[in-house]
Amino acid sequence: MSNHTQRQRVLAVASGGGHWIQLLRLRPAFAECEISYVTVNPDSRGDVPGQRFFTVPDGNRDTKFAIILMALKMLLITLWVRPHVVVSTGAAPGYFACRFGRMIGARSLFVDSVANAEEMSLSAKLAMSHADKVFTQWQDVSKKFGAEYHGSVL
Amino acid sequence: MIFATVGTQLPFDRLIESLDKWQSFQRSSQVFAQVGPKGKVPSHIEWMATLTPQQFAKNIAKCKIVVSHAGMGTILTALGAGKPIILMPRLARYGEHRNDHQLATVANLRNRRGIYVAMDEASLFQKLDSLHALEGGEGLQNVASPELLCAITDFIETKPREVRHA
Repeated sequence: MSNHTQRQRVLAVASGGGHWIQLLRLRPAFAECEISYVTVNPDSRGDVPGQRFFTVPDGNRDTKFAIILMALKMLLITLWVRPHVVVSTGAAPGYFACRFGRMIGARSLFVDSVANAEEMSLSAKLAMSHADKVFTQWQDVSKKFGAEYHGSVL
Repeated sequence: MIFATVGTQLPFDRLIESLDKWQSFQRSSQVFAQVGPKGKVPSHIEWMATLTPQQFAKNIAKCKIVVSHAGMGTILTALGAGKPIILMPRLARYGEHRNDHQLATVANLRNRRGIYVAMDEASLFQKLDSLHALEGGEGLQNVASPELLCAITDFIETKPREVRHA
């Protein structure tokens, strides 16, 4: 498409299960980019053959030690990849990626999971103050919490 | 074959025990369950604790019906394969998840073709007893809506706020 600008380096980040499946559904938006994926399950590499792929330890708000390791590895990956843009579909790894991405001047977008049909998730609420943009996938949630709505992964 | 799955993170014994009970009454259907790393082990159905993404995909392809917690990964995969899916939402009051977002998920998705909701064991039995009446959706595409893809492409292509490289 564009032959005049350098390709955008994008760091695409999601934790496991539905978060990762939702990130995969965004792949057409990454077609023109130099993409690196980050998730928690090493087996997910097979979903993005031939692409740069990293994993971080899995963790959530109930597993303090794991989440510290996750944050540290996410920081190293962010410094290594030096993305122009961070895109995440949650949860904790996405929040850290948006936050660290911003520290190095990347723009960051956090897309809250389609599972959160009535409330924003904790990680999306936290991302509101650290990401450039937060999208929700439900119109009602957008009205209630002020995140942008632009359709969904469905 | 009925394929039951509780996702990778947490066990969901209420669902697996109900299914196990149903299978002990009537043994005409084959049931295979993924019960989670710390899930209780059923006695009347075949099971595994966890599945690789490849094993998961194979079971989705092979099964006639999916029975699952209301997790988006499984919902998206079942809809994509055009398989009917019976959802039992995890409830925070039984310690099945950190909060009740799965209730919101089923409340907002229950009218989609191919999605059936069982709030409890009785309702699950009722749906399982009339398995042949359950219909799949028309096969969801494996990409997000054009509107969302556009918004993300726009975000990626927006000029950086800092000094651009020469």
